[in-house]
Parts: sequence; C-alpha cells; structure tokens
Amino acid sequence: MGAGHAHKLYRHAHSPVHELPPHTKLAAVLGFVVVVVSTPREAVWAFAAYAALLAVVAAKARIPAGFLLKRLLIEVPFVAFAVLMPFVVPGERTTVLGVSLSVPGLWGAWNVLAKGTLGVAASVLLASTTELRALLLGLQRLKLPPLLVQIASFMIRYGDVITDEMRRMSVARRSRGFEARGVRHWGVLAKSAGALFIRSYERGERVHLAMVSRGYTGTMPVIDEVTATRAQWAYAASLPLTALLISLLGWTL
Amino acid sequence: MTAPSTTVPSLDVHGLAYAYPDGHQALFGVDLTVGRGERVALLGPNGAGKTTLVLHLNGILTGGAGGVTVAGLPVGKKHLAEIRRKVGIVFQDPDDQLFMPTVREDVAFGPAAAGLRGAELDAVVRRALERVGMEEYADRPPHHLSFGQRRRVAVATVLVMEPEILVLDEPSSNLDPASRRELADILRALDVTVLMVTHDLPYALELCPRAVILSEGVIAADGRTGEILADEELMARHRLELPFGFVPGSVV
Amino acid sequence: MRSCKPFAGALIIRDVHVPDGFINAPVSVAAGVVAAGAVAVSLRGARRELDERTAPLAGLVAAFIFAVQMLNFPVAAGTSGHLLGGALAAILVGPWTGVLCIAVVLLMQGILFADGGLTALGVNISVMGVVTVVVAYALFRGLVLVLPRTRASVTAASFVAALVSVPAAAAAFTALYAIGGTTHVPVAKVLTAMVGVHTLIGIGEAVITMLTVGAVVAVRPDLVYGARGLTAPLKLRVDGELVDAAPAAAPAAGSGSPKKVWIGGLVTALVLAGFVSFYASASPDGLEKVAADKGIDAKVEDHAAADSPLADYGVKGIETARLSGGLAGAIGVGATLAVGTGAFWVVRRRRAHTETTA
Repeated sequence: MGAGHAHKLYRHAHSPVHELPPHTKLAAVLGFVVVVVSTPREAVWAFAAYAALLAVVAAKARIPAGFLLKRLLIEVPFVAFAVLMPFVVPGERTTVLGVSLSVPGLWGAWNVLAKGTLGVAASVLLASTTELRALLLGLQRLKLPPLLVQIASFMIRYGDVITDEMRRMSVARRSRGFEARGVRHWGVLAKSAGALFIRSYERGERVHLAMVSRGYTGTMPVIDEVTATRAQWAYAASLPLTALLISLLGWTL
Repeated sequence: MTAPSTTVPSLDVHGLAYAYPDGHQALFGVDLTVGRGERVALLGPNGAGKTTLVLHLNGILTGGAGGVTVAGLPVGKKHLAEIRRKVGIVFQDPDDQLFMPTVREDVAFGPAAAGLRGAELDAVVRRALERVGMEEYADRPPHHLSFGQRRRVAVATVLVMEPEILVLDEPSSNLDPASRRELADILRALDVTVLMVTHDLPYALELCPRAVILSEGVIAADGRTGEILADEELMARHRLELPFGFVPGSVV
Repeated sequence: MRSCKPFAGALIIRDVHVPDGFINAPVSVAAGVVAAGAVAVSLRGARRELDERTAPLAGLVAAFIFAVQMLNFPVAAGTSGHLLGGALAAILVGPWTGVLCIAVVLLMQGILFADGGLTALGVNISVMGVVTVVVAYALFRGLVLVLPRTRASVTAASFVAALVSVPAAAAAFTALYAIGGTTHVPVAKVLTAMVGVHTLIGIGEAVITMLTVGAVVAVRPDLVYGARGLTAPLKLRVDGELVDAAPAAAPAAGSGSPKKVWIGGLVTALVLAGFVSFYASASPDGLEKVAADKGIDAKVEDHAAADSPLADYGVKGIETARLSGGLAGAIGVGATLAVGTGAFWVVRRRRAHTETTA
C-alpha cells in the first residue's frame, strides 16, 4: 500500500475532470447513479449508453481502461451473487446451452450487474480524479454536517497511521513465529485488535489535546474554500443530465 | 529562582494536585515558577506526573486542587482561549500534533481558529515555517515528512501563535543527531520562555540553564541544571541517569 | 487461480456492502431517510456526550474500525471473516458516536473505494451502522444492569451484545431485500443462509469484541460505560505524608442513573432481541407464501409454517401477498428501529436531565 500517498484510487493528472470543483463532481456522480438505478432493466440499450457516457468521462479524465476495469473488481462478491440468481430464482425457465435457467433470475442478475457496475465505475471515476482533501471539502460544500466531515477527515488523516500500527503488530506477531491459521488463533488476533483500539483511542485523546491547545472549540476554522462557477456546474451536470435523457427515453421506448 | 522580580512570571504553579477519573492520582501539590525568558528543563522518572503537569498548564486538565497562572492570568474557564494562545505545547508524537491534511493547513489551524483569514493568515504561517526552516514543505502532507521535519513543523504550529511560554514534551525523542542539533539551534534562537520536559539530560544541559525534578507528583529539586545533574545522590534517588561517559561538569 | 482465493472467502463472509441497483429506489430512499435521521440524532447525542472531543475521538475510532475491518480472522481453509465493529464501537464509545463512526467508515468506503453503492449508502448505514449499534448497545446496557457490577459482567455483556448484533444486521438486510429487492430470490433461503452464516460471524465478532472490551476495561476502565465510578479523594504530599485535599470542583455527576430506566432498557433489549429472532423465523414463511401464492414455487410451500403470528398478522386483510410480505418486513425493521431509537431517547433524556439537575 502506498502509505499515505493521497489515496489508493487517486490518479494524479491534469484533465478537465480533475480540475472540476469537487462538490460539482460529487453531485454529478450522485445524480448519475440515481438516474441509472431508476432506469428500467428492460431498456438494455440505455445501460450501454450509460457505459459509453462513463467511457467518455474516463477518456476526458485520461483514466486508462485497464485501471478502471481493475478497480471494478471490488464488485466481485456481488457479481457472484448475481451469477447465482439464474439458478436459484424461481419462475419461468429457459434453456441456455443445455442449462436450465430462470428468466426472472437472469433479469435480476442483469439488473444487479448492470446497475452495480455502472455505480462502481462512476464512483471509481470520481475517486480517481479527486484528491482526498478535495473530496472532504466537496462534502462540506454539499452541506454534509461539518462534524461528520471532521470525523471523516480525521479518519482519513489517521487511517494510514493506524493501518501501519496494525501492520507493525502483525510483523511483531509473525516475528515471534505466530501465524493465524484458524479459529484457535482468534484470541491472539482479538487481543491485537484490542491493543490497537486502545492506541487509536488514546491517540484520539492526544489529538484532541493538541487541537484544544491550539484554540479548537468544536468547529474547524475555515482555511480553504472551494467554489464553483456556473460554467463548471454546467460542465459537471452534463453527465447526469445526459443520463437523465437516456433514462427518459428508456422509460418511453 | 532567576526570574526578575519586576515582571510577572510567565508561569506560576501553586499547590497543584490532580487525580485522573480512574482514581489514579498523579500530582500531589506542585509549586513551580518560571520567569519570563527563562529556559527550564523539567526532569523526572517515568510516571512522575510530567505529562499531567503539562496538561494543566493550558487548562486541559482541571478540577484538582491548587492552580496555575500564565503571565498573571489564572488558568480557568474564563480565559481559556487566551491561555491556550499563550501556552504553546509541542507534544511528543508529531503525528498527534499534525492532524491536518497539509503542513500549511496545520500551521494555519491555530491562527485561523483565532479568527485570522486570507493574506494575513498566509503571512504568519510563512513566517512560522521560516523560523523552523520548513517553508518549502508547506503543501506537503505531514505523512510525507521525516520524523525530524515533522517535529519542526509541530514547533511551527505552536510558534505561529506567538506564545508566552513554549512547552516541549520530549523534544529530542526519536531524532537522529543532526535533527537533534538543528532543533536545538532553532530553540536557542527563539526569544520565548521555554519549559522542556525531557529524559535527555545532555539536551537539558545544553539548552536550559535551570532544571527542576518532578518526582512522585511534587517538585523534588530546583536549581542550576549543571549542579542538579552533578548531584549523584539526588539523581539516583529520582531514577535519573546520565548517558554512559557523560560528565556534566566537563560541558559547562 | 490463487489470486481468487481471497475473493472466495470474501464471497461467503464479506458483509453486506450493498451496491447500486440491489435494493429498489423507494426502499433505498426510505433507508436513506432512516440513516440520515439516525446520523442527525447521533450527531446531537455525540456532541452532548463528548463535546468538542467528538471529532478527533470518533475520527480515530472510525480509523480503527476501518483498519480492523481489514484484519482477517481465518475460519477454515480459504475462508475468513472480519470484524463489523458496530458492537465494539457502541460499547466503547456509546451508541451515538458508534453510529457516527460506522456511518463515516461506510461513507468513505463508498466514496473513496467504491465499496458499496452511493444510492445504497442509506441501506448500508441503516443495516450495518444503526441496527448493529442499537441492538448491541441495548443488549449490553441491559445485561450490565442485571449482572453484578464486575469486569466479568462487562465482558460477558459485550460478548452477547456482539453475538446478537451481527445476525440482527443480516436479518435487517434480508428484510430490506424482502421489501425492496429488485429480484425475487427465495428470501427464506437467503435469510437462513444470511442468519446462519452471520451467527457464525457473530461468534467471531463476539469473541474479538469481548476480548477488546476486556483489554480496555483493564487499562482504561473510564472508557467503558459499565465500569465507571471508582474515584478516590485527592491527596496532597506534605513532607512525604499523604493528606486529604479539599475538593476544588464537584466531580462529574453521572453514574447514578435511576435503576428503573435501565430495567426499561433491558426490557427493550429483550423485546428487540426477541423481535429480531422472531422476525427471523417468521419472515421466511411470509415470503415463501408469496412465492406459493404466485404459483411459482410449489415445493417450498409445505414447509412454510403458517402458524407464525406475524405471518398471519401480515396476511390478514391484505390482498396482495407481495405487499403483505413487504409489510411484515417493514414492521420488523420499523419496529426494531423505532423501539430502539425511542428507548435511547428516553434513556438519554433522563440521563441528561439527571446531569443538569445534579
């Protein structure tokens, strides 16, 4: 893991998509996903059009297809679930290559796969073109409660620190010949987690002390602000609006 | 006591006692005065109550017996914001202190919380980073810095507030010799009162003319650093040991 | 195919990070409203509990949970489970901060790692944040009240709380799927599998939660609600002698909450636990009945026990079996949430009240 280097999905580049203010991108992705989810699954072509839209965004953002596809793997557990559907879902059956499959199951699998994949792809595009800090500023700008944004930013700041601590504990365990292989070893792992919790919590207390020592009284001082022009909003909105058009066609056709 | 009697001392602690919510009592009546411009080393074995004392200096811990005044201002709910500006604490682990995404934002945190904005904010941040020689690193995330660099940024986050007294908790811990010396140079060049909590006795001798020993929750000794370090019986009684081959008298 | 092995394990026990398109729009929106409400209430609650410490503490606990969710607990060849953390968070930092931590973890996983759909965020937070935390905390508080006030009781209570919280979340997810699933899979089978597997996970969750809480009680007892209130008077060391010091400020009031509130809490917990398991056993019948009514699946019908009160209740007077099944689910989830949240409001209110009057 690239300890602390931005985050795992971010791909540094200069592109029109990278340069959009974060809150416009967040709003655009959310809008897009909502539209995708509310599209009837029978409008197969609409999903192809959505995928094409995302491909355009990826090209503009200079995100290589390979990178994007690799990140889609996060979805694998649910792909497996979807693959099971044609076999276990009751209903009218059809035969494909000699295997009896359920028609509603096939539709269900398609629905989950198509919408899930598009959702993940949109999120991956957002995460790979937006820096962590920008995402947090964007969330704040979108009126997420400030306290929640603060919690999120502390989680991000210290996620690597704590993951590193966890890794060091694991190295220490293995250096002493311990390898967790089964249920018998849960006790040891759990104790590590316990120690990790205490460390994390006490660090939280120390961070709090450091903050109040510098005048923190519950609200983060404003240091950076993000703003978006009308043109930037319009540019970002082109994604969900095009999707909406496709969706409307999908409903009517 | 070397404090000039004409000015108000930077720090005055009187009769301070404190027990943690879990029942463990750490301080048993601490009395300590630090005059303006003094550099004082606070020595003591592990568990002597050093950190507890430090946390009383800016009112993070309260509710025990006794009290603390900073530049004549009693530490309490009433002046808390002012006290916290005047008492700059640099904590032991710079990862605790540097909680913002970038160095610049971290240094800006204090003054921004005090209401500074825009160009004025940028100016004080730049000046503080210059004082510790870290101005080129302003836009880096703290995670990307070396330990010594992080410690220096941590000092900057406090200096930017123009504190009355700078409190350093183990400033030399985990530093390689070069970083240790660089930090010493920075601290010596500063014109502020310094209270330095440390186990690093040579460092204390190098930087602080005066030293106090905190042991079992009270001040057990107070005097010239060289004399205290040379008092073998006193040192042994409080579990303080000089590094092998280090003779305090040979340095002064 | 070696590289697929982690995924094989993930497949079985990877918890429900629901993607987009899995749960239909109305239910996603409803879950979103529930999640937003729960987060809003938790924000207020956490602020009341932790004041300005909320952000750093909740942030660090969230980072911890994020990290520890990556810690694999090997079960058997190739499979492994990991901590959900809801129960742990609830017990150690209280239900409010607990909900916030889990919600933030899920939010960040959704936005940064595309793990869990954005439109499914409400479902994910409701199931993994709210249900887990509420169930675990209710059970924990109830048990701590009735058991003797010892450390052993605290660890035992955390074991039970964590054990139940995981299948409860699985059942809640299945319930949501039953109401708003985009495809009618045989929910009985899904539920059996979900609850079965998650009871197993629950054991792991319970063991690690118990040991973690145990470790914390040993080192920082002040962090665990059940183990507070052990303060000795301050002493001054005068010429090497310890003498009592006059207390400067009144110690924080708190631990003396009226017992009957906690008895109420326990009853709530029992009702909650009972309801979850009851729903877990009742719901599949109702939903299989759906399948049967539609003439889709004949062979499941005979093992559908029609004598379950909820199934009867659900079907009575309602024409569409689908709606009835959904209604049963809604009642299950709604009641669980309402009872849980309501109880905590009352308990909190009472506590806040006693604190301000103290």
